[in-house]
Amino acid sequence: MDTQIYRSRQLSALVLLRWLIGWHMMYEGITKIANPSWTAKGYLTSADGLFPGFFQWLASDGLIGVVDFLNMWSLFLIGLCLILGLFGKYAALFGGVLVLFYYLAHPPLFEPSVVPVEGNYLFINKTLIEAVALFVLAFFPTDHIIGINRYINKGK
Amino acid sequence: MKRRNLLKGLASLPILGLFSWGYVVKKSEEEEVKRAILSELNIKAKAPSTTGSMDGNTIRIGIIGPGGRGRHLMRAAGYAEPEWLEKANQEVLENPYDKRLKTFLEQENLNIRFTAVCDVFSEHADLAMGAATTDDNKPKKYSRYQDLLADPNVDAVIIATPDHWHAPMSIDAIKAGKHVYVEKCMTHKVQETFDLKNAVEENPNVIFQVGHQHRQTLSFLTAMDIVDKNVLGHVSLIEASTNRNDDNGAWQYWINEKANPKTVDWEQFLGNAPKIPFNAEHLFRWRKWWAYGTGLSGDLLTHDYDRINCILKMGIPTSVMASGGVYTHRDGREVPDVMNVTMEFPDYSTGNSQKNGKEKGMTFLYSATLGNSYWRPTKLMGHDATLELGNSLQVYPDRNSTRYEDFFENNIIESETPLYSYDPRTKGVDGVTSATAKYFAQKGLLYTYRDGKQVDSTHLHIREWISAIRNGTSVSCGIQEGFEEAISAHMASLSYKTGRRVNWDKTNQKIVVEGMEDPDLDALISGPMNV
Repeated sequence: MDTQIYRSRQLSALVLLRWLIGWHMMYEGITKIANPSWTAKGYLTSADGLFPGFFQWLASDGLIGVVDFLNMWSLFLIGLCLILGLFGKYAALFGGVLVLFYYLAHPPLFEPSVVPVEGNYLFINKTLIEAVALFVLAFFPTDHIIGINRYINKGK
Repeated sequence: MKRRNLLKGLASLPILGLFSWGYVVKKSEEEEVKRAILSELNIKAKAPSTTGSMDGNTIRIGIIGPGGRGRHLMRAAGYAEPEWLEKANQEVLENPYDKRLKTFLEQENLNIRFTAVCDVFSEHADLAMGAATTDDNKPKKYSRYQDLLADPNVDAVIIATPDHWHAPMSIDAIKAGKHVYVEKCMTHKVQETFDLKNAVEENPNVIFQVGHQHRQTLSFLTAMDIVDKNVLGHVSLIEASTNRNDDNGAWQYWINEKANPKTVDWEQFLGNAPKIPFNAEHLFRWRKWWAYGTGLSGDLLTHDYDRINCILKMGIPTSVMASGGVYTHRDGREVPDVMNVTMEFPDYSTGNSQKNGKEKGMTFLYSATLGNSYWRPTKLMGHDATLELGNSLQVYPDRNSTRYEDFFENNIIESETPLYSYDPRTKGVDGVTSATAKYFAQKGLLYTYRDGKQVDSTHLHIREWISAIRNGTSVSCGIQEGFEEAISAHMASLSYKTGRRVNWDKTNQKIVVEGMEDPDLDALISGPMNV
């Protein structure tokens, strides 16, 4: 059971962060769900960085269907849980791992980027920051104060 | 206290409400724009015409010229040599995204067999024998094609020889009552183009198909509909191009060291070409000499010309001008490695959205280099929109269009964003490797898609020919299409070689070189440069 007690400013900042990331993930998820021809295949097959073989395996014909399904619904449900404050700790932890995979598939290493990006990055990009922010949310849970989990915790 | 508790638990609900509202508004705006555009355009990707069943009698085929392309045709018909299968198996191990083997193994059985093989080079003949031989089929190997044509166990022939043999063999095959599938360029010279047309027309029972397999490409069917619906308006200029920058693309094919006067029937290779002593480079890299090949005009311009002719059916140009030179591969070749061809169609019209009088006339510009591989898509440029054409296609609206004026005024579209985009692949990525293969794949010349699955276009093209033989269905690249392709290519070569404008006299069905009175067109076209 979470027992953290925050000062109100700390609580507001953490809840705001939870809502913003939740919103972002939920919207990414729902747009993919709504687009029948969306697939992560291109993103995965073009993977560089440390483990391209792993991501290419995920993109193989037998797996890509499952990978796509899990990916879009995970994004949507994690986002929903973060916004509602339901199982927020697990949603944030799982979300952090998921977003970390996006980062690992295309980390900004030394090679100049071949596709135009909206910023300039070396090792660190917004994807990695979002992943770490999710870990912060997992370790500083707020859903027992602001969120549905408030009732669940109370029941126990 | 209790009420405060409840509020804290549900504090997120307004965020969710805001999200739902935002999503619905954004989505409905997108849908509205999409609906407005699509209902205006009314493009419907046509289903490919179904050819008939492959049941019934087994068709017995003879292959003449099973070199690199010839053996590809055999695979597309269902028969691969063991050496190819072994190599393909290894390549899949190295690159799991290489789909060539999978595509081959999943091909439909066309219910045919190769009963005869003929090649001037014994090793090519042996490889083809290996591909054709099965437990219940022992093919015959012929060194002379005339003997193959006399074999009663041959119903049809596939001809994949150098260009200078296409017409003589096709004509002999037709006279022997065999159905013919011949590679492009359909002919090598002008007179034989007319002779072949006569031969086919005099023998209506023979099914004749020219090997322009891209006619099976799914996106081209959609392109036809786009033109039919007048989405582009009056097309005044078409730009097509070839960019290649590798040895294979420049016809520097591998020379098999086993080829020598003992293993090659050199006299038969030469045929109607000038008599010269055995020359392995001429044998394998024949595309570099006018005596056997048709250069950029016959090998690559024909692909682009026929792709457009398949969509627009514009026929033979009124006039052609061409220029170019050998600027990269100065290896003794005669045919140019840079070539620009302009074909004029002053009376042709794709439609109009403006006042009458602005709808006629079109130039087809073909531009090629074998010294650079930058990708230039084919573009059909109309008053209302531009169509970019490959395996996928995009339609970009023109900012000064008449038809889409309201769309631009209401900010529904912008000229940088495609008005319409079509990609039959939807899900899937190609694993085609070599530069030349990529060049062909991008143009829709290598693969097409059926139900989202990659299929070899050549397989579909051969299937169409087999179905025509078996079921009496039609072929998409018959003698009329082949005639238009060959005459247009020969006009381009003649203009390049003479430096003059070359006209098509439609009434008399005759090629006229401006400023030359009754020149010997065949001597001009098959001889070395004579500017």
